Amino acid sequence: MCSTCGCGDSELVPVELHEKILAGNDRTARHNREHFAARGVLAVNLMGSPGAGKTAVLEATSRAAAGRGWRLSAVSADLATDNDARRLEAAGIPSRAITTGQACHLDAERVHRALHGFDLGGAGVFFIENVGNLVCPAIYDLGQRANVVVLSVTEGEDKPLKYPVMFKAADLVLVTKIDLAEVLGADLALIDENLARVMPRPRALRLSARTGEGMAEWVAWLAELKASVAPAAMASRHEHEHEHVHDHDHEHVHGTSEEHRAFGRPPRR
Amino acid sequence: MHEYSLVQSLVGRVEAEASKRGAIAIHRITVRIGELSGVDPELFQTAYDTFREGTRCANTPLLLEQVAASWSCPRCGARIPRGEALRCAPCGVPARLDEGGDALTLNGIEMEVD
Repeated sequence: MCSTCGCGDSELVPVELHEKILAGNDRTARHNREHFAARGVLAVNLMGSPGAGKTAVLEATSRAAAGRGWRLSAVSADLATDNDARRLEAAGIPSRAITTGQACHLDAERVHRALHGFDLGGAGVFFIENVGNLVCPAIYDLGQRANVVVLSVTEGEDKPLKYPVMFKAADLVLVTKIDLAEVLGADLALIDENLARVMPRPRALRLSARTGEGMAEWVAWLAELKASVAPAAMASRHEHEHEHVHDHDHEHVHGTSEEHRAFGRPPRR
Repeated sequence: MHEYSLVQSLVGRVEAEASKRGAIAIHRITVRIGELSGVDPELFQTAYDTFREGTRCANTPLLLEQVAASWSCPRCGARIPRGEALRCAPCGVPARLDEGGDALTLNGIEMEVD
């Protein structure tokens, strides 16, 4: 009822919200982040175009970091196949495929669901290989510690200028397929210049997953970041004491490795 | 095309707010979209026009407030010219995105309450 004169007419009410449209995603991302932090796991969100070399970088990382004693694991998102997760498994990285169907990006909820029953191990490095796409994945927080964007020299030097939102979100850019730079005539200095136009803190490493060039620097970057993720004292258990709603219809398994026997196998249909 | 999933969240949120306040009609939704939000305003509008059918927002216009992205020096306040490196050369510090440049917010709802 109208509160001015009590005439019985309805009333127009302006409701000021100033609320992020992705607030729901951000809440789930915070939950994921707590989950990683409780286990001392470094979570890295790997993004880039289809074919930029995301999976190849991870395969090479498994080899390059072999001496570090890290426990690597991954989820790998793809619209229609689990090929990448199978490749990662073959490279020694326990992985789970997330088949996104029509969705062009991962959101925090899909990552959360994929984490159920998945053994992150203690103090490991967990890669989230996003859907190959330079647009949509950039705006979804997944709970990662860092965003890494893979940009291959075959894609053209102006990619950062064309997709500023993606590169602005990057903590590190991996300029991949560097072994092809010479034959392609790629202008590496121009790539760096363009990155500086879209990233306030530009950081890029040049590497080749095939020749191994630059892999040591990439692993060193990961090591530095990993050192900043303090392993929690009770890393083996994460009790979900925080406020958290489970509105999905499957079991939530956390805890000892005994409960995790089913992990690490991409779904086979 | 993540605009559809964003619109889905938006309409769900607006409907929840309308129910909470016992609204009999929703007259207008205002959304703020920054140039670096990762959302294309036209696609967002199209997605909304498609998605709103059959919801409580079926007759509700969506007003988009677009914000251009600009970068400034956090120390001296100087504006970084468009297309330049995102760094204040005199101060030697990384530039900061000005407020709203990456916004993607539901600013307000105008609703009719009985």
